[in-house]
Amino acid sequence: MSPHTFLVNGTRVTVDTDDKVRLLWVLRDLLGITGPKYGCGINVCKACTSHLNGKAFNPCSVPVSAVGPDDEITTIEGIADAESGTLHPMQEEWLAHDVAQCGYCQPGQIMAAIAKVNQAHAQGREISDTDLDEIRNICRCGTYSRIRDAVKTAAAKM
Amino acid sequence: MAHQRRSPRRDGAPALERRRFLGYLLAAPTLAVAARLGADLSSDTPAEAAIPSLPGPADLLDLGDALTLAAAPTSGLIGIQLNRDGTVSFAVPRAEVGQGITTTVAMLIAEEMDLPLEKVGVNLADARPELVFNQLTGGSNSVRSLYTPVRTAAAVARRRLLTTAAEQWKLDPATLTARDGMIRSSAGHSASYGSLAEAAASPRTEEVSTTLKAAEEFRIIGTPTTRIDALDAVTGRKQFTMDLAVPDAKPTMICRPPTTSGTVRSVANLGAVAAMPGVTDVVEVSSGVAVRAETFGQCIDAVRALRVDWGPGPVDGESDASVEDKLRAATLPMAVPPVLTKTIDAEFVFNFASNSALETNCAIADVRADRAEIWSGLKSPIVAQEQIAAMLGLPIPAVTVHVVTGGGSFGRKLFGDAALEAAEVSQAMGKPVKLMWHRADDSRHGRTHPMSISRIRVNHALGNVVSYEQRHTSVTTDFGHGLGEILTAVAAKLPVGDVGFSQTVFLLSQSNPYNFGVVTNLLNEVPLKFHTASMRNVYSPNVVCARELVVDQLASAMGQDPLTFRRGFLKDERFRTALDKAAEVGQWGRELPDGMAQGIAFHCEYKSASAVLVEIDCRPETVERPIRDGVGGPRVTRVAAVVDAGLPINPKGLEAQTIGCVNDGIALALTSSLHMDNGLPLEASWDNYFYTRQWNTPPELEVVVLPATTGEPGGAGELAVASAFAATAAAYGRATGTMPTRFPINHGTLSFEPKPTVPPIPDSPVDGLAHTF
Ligand code: FES
Ligand code: FES
Repeated sequence: MSPHTFLVNGTRVTVDTDDKVRLLWVLRDLLGITGPKYGCGINVCKACTSHLNGKAFNPCSVPVSAVGPDDEITTIEGIADAESGTLHPMQEEWLAHDVAQCGYCQPGQIMAAIAKVNQAHAQGREISDTDLDEIRNICRCGTYSRIRDAVKTAAAKM
Repeated sequence: MAHQRRSPRRDGAPALERRRFLGYLLAAPTLAVAARLGADLSSDTPAEAAIPSLPGPADLLDLGDALTLAAAPTSGLIGIQLNRDGTVSFAVPRAEVGQGITTTVAMLIAEEMDLPLEKVGVNLADARPELVFNQLTGGSNSVRSLYTPVRTAAAVARRRLLTTAAEQWKLDPATLTARDGMIRSSAGHSASYGSLAEAAASPRTEEVSTTLKAAEEFRIIGTPTTRIDALDAVTGRKQFTMDLAVPDAKPTMICRPPTTSGTVRSVANLGAVAAMPGVTDVVEVSSGVAVRAETFGQCIDAVRALRVDWGPGPVDGESDASVEDKLRAATLPMAVPPVLTKTIDAEFVFNFASNSALETNCAIADVRADRAEIWSGLKSPIVAQEQIAAMLGLPIPAVTVHVVTGGGSFGRKLFGDAALEAAEVSQAMGKPVKLMWHRADDSRHGRTHPMSISRIRVNHALGNVVSYEQRHTSVTTDFGHGLGEILTAVAAKLPVGDVGFSQTVFLLSQSNPYNFGVVTNLLNEVPLKFHTASMRNVYSPNVVCARELVVDQLASAMGQDPLTFRRGFLKDERFRTALDKAAEVGQWGRELPDGMAQGIAFHCEYKSASAVLVEIDCRPETVERPIRDGVGGPRVTRVAAVVDAGLPINPKGLEAQTIGCVNDGIALALTSSLHMDNGLPLEASWDNYFYTRQWNTPPELEVVVLPATTGEPGGAGELAVASAFAATAAAYGRATGTMPTRFPINHGTLSFEPKPTVPPIPDSPVDGLAHTF
């Protein structure tokens, strides 16, 4: 057991647990942040996708000891504007396209989609079908085509 | 519950007056209304035919009808409550697993009460034993069985609000209007529903009759509507079972055997594992060794550390090849010999497939000496409640079962496997537990859709099909979720003869939409003790895929195009309309490069119909495109899917379900199966079990939900799996020049390195930061 301090959704937290406990369990079981979902625990399904310092990552495959006091984790709960509560454009488009079915994969889908669009924009280009084909998040309800439509329209607003 | 008065029309033909429906006003502090579950039967009439086929059992009465009929005499009431703030509450006796039933029911209430949709709160009812068989979510029956009762209750409420306001204002109720949650008079009075909630409450429970809106008056039913839980889903607020904070219910996992239903002989290091960091309890249970810890991460470590001596299970010697041999040996013979006709004989093999949802099996249980409380995503909660009570030695009323929103089901949540296991573990540890299956467990020990073989013989002569026989042989599908006995009882009254339960489901769900002369469909089952269950659309995907591929062969034998042939032989104009629409939207027959082709298929079930057109790319550069930890293979590039759901209540929801069906169908045809190897699937996660991914999904997909046809809602949540599967297989056959006969087409090549079975679950990686983007 040792204390680990980092930022989650704008708040500094300290948890006392083993170094190797993966961040997904720190978030869900110790901090009660349940937006990131478990679907495999081996970095395959991507249901747990969140952001670390603005980049998409999978907390099921990162030990808590890998983050420090200046590292900022953002989960689906922290992606809307904290002050105004205004949803992120990706969330808005998810609503406009009524993407979610069971909804279990959707926090991870939205977090991955935001990072994917940011990545394309940082490279000075728009999101393409090839980029969309690279999104690895599983949706067992098969909402893929609405995800594609929502990402494309959200990208235009980001 | 429908009372229909027939009065003679002047021309002598009977006419229907506006039907009246019986509902109830309930004694309660604010307005509360109810109606009884159960509905009318309606039946399809077979169309004229060149060589007419007698209607099969599924044409007279299908699975959904049987479920509805089975429920009628024993069902309880479902009630709607108007609250003082003008909102209404309704607890739907069904599971919400992504299919959108809560949205559909909210729409029905809003429509009939003339209330804005946002004012309707729908949650999931706890297990209610008095509903007996009417709390099962399956057979695409939910909307069909709730449609009339929910509207009836809502109509009773609206009427009561009108009469209450009329009394207060001393006006004739006929002069008042109800709209958007307000009652208004032409004289300028107005009152919100909320302000009338107490005054409208009934002092006693009484039966009242009401009429329902006619279809022309619908303002919400039939309008594309966004799901009522959409905002919660995109903000992470939507709660699933593992997200609930039940006091002291700590993470719990099971160390499972290396073969199906293997048993614990002994554990070498129970004490050492119990002393591991974070671990609170380790106990032997019937399915393995349970560990409870502060975090699931520590459960994973503990499960991996356990040294268990495992005893054998009942199917240890069974693998794909041995199961296939047993099925072939058990196939029932054909009845019609090939005499004076041309014959097509075909055989298709469908491998084991997984109904794994993205949310693995899970449940929370808090078992005390005299009571138990359970939380889980359950489609058959009454059965789970009864089984848990029996297992714990408690009376049924001492067991409370909360139905939690599920992260997908696809048949998996028909069984309360995790709920039962959680109850057993909680009792054994004497503590509340939050039990979750690891993905590897869910894939290897969770229920599977079993392997089947379908054999078809068709005799044709002079441009007609004389006989069509299909012999479907499957490893036994477990229907032990409590539906069995009652349905078998209903089936005994049907013209299907004396058949067992699986045969009943088979006969009720499999109708042949074509005029193929003498048609016989038979099911035989081989009882092997795998963990099995239905999967979305049950028998239909395999049965229909086989049939539609033979239809393509017949078309070619008769020198006809697949579309023209189907148009000519379909029994019903409604079917042809759906097929024509798919052909039009998908541009049937358009020019494509070599290695690409179209396929078209049709399926009807649950009083609904669907036609799907698929375009596939089987060119080498596409098939061999590199995919990391996944499979590429042929790519479905375009799909047009058409659904006729009788009466589409929420076209947007139907479209969503159809998109899901298309992706399921593509998976079954091309990529997703379990390889059974000495009593256990080799697949342990999504990098082994290749459900459709973004790189497999069609970049172009158009769904058309046809306008109302029959005026009654059919079931449509599963229907298009079969037609999409069949169309993909047909397209693949036409693109490659060889009809596929084994599914999925990539099953023969193992595209992954199987994970070990001991320890039963993999460790979580630690290199996640090397894969950020
Ligand atoms: S749970 Fe993290 S990728 Fe599957
Ligand atoms: S919406 Fe159910 S898994 Fe994606």
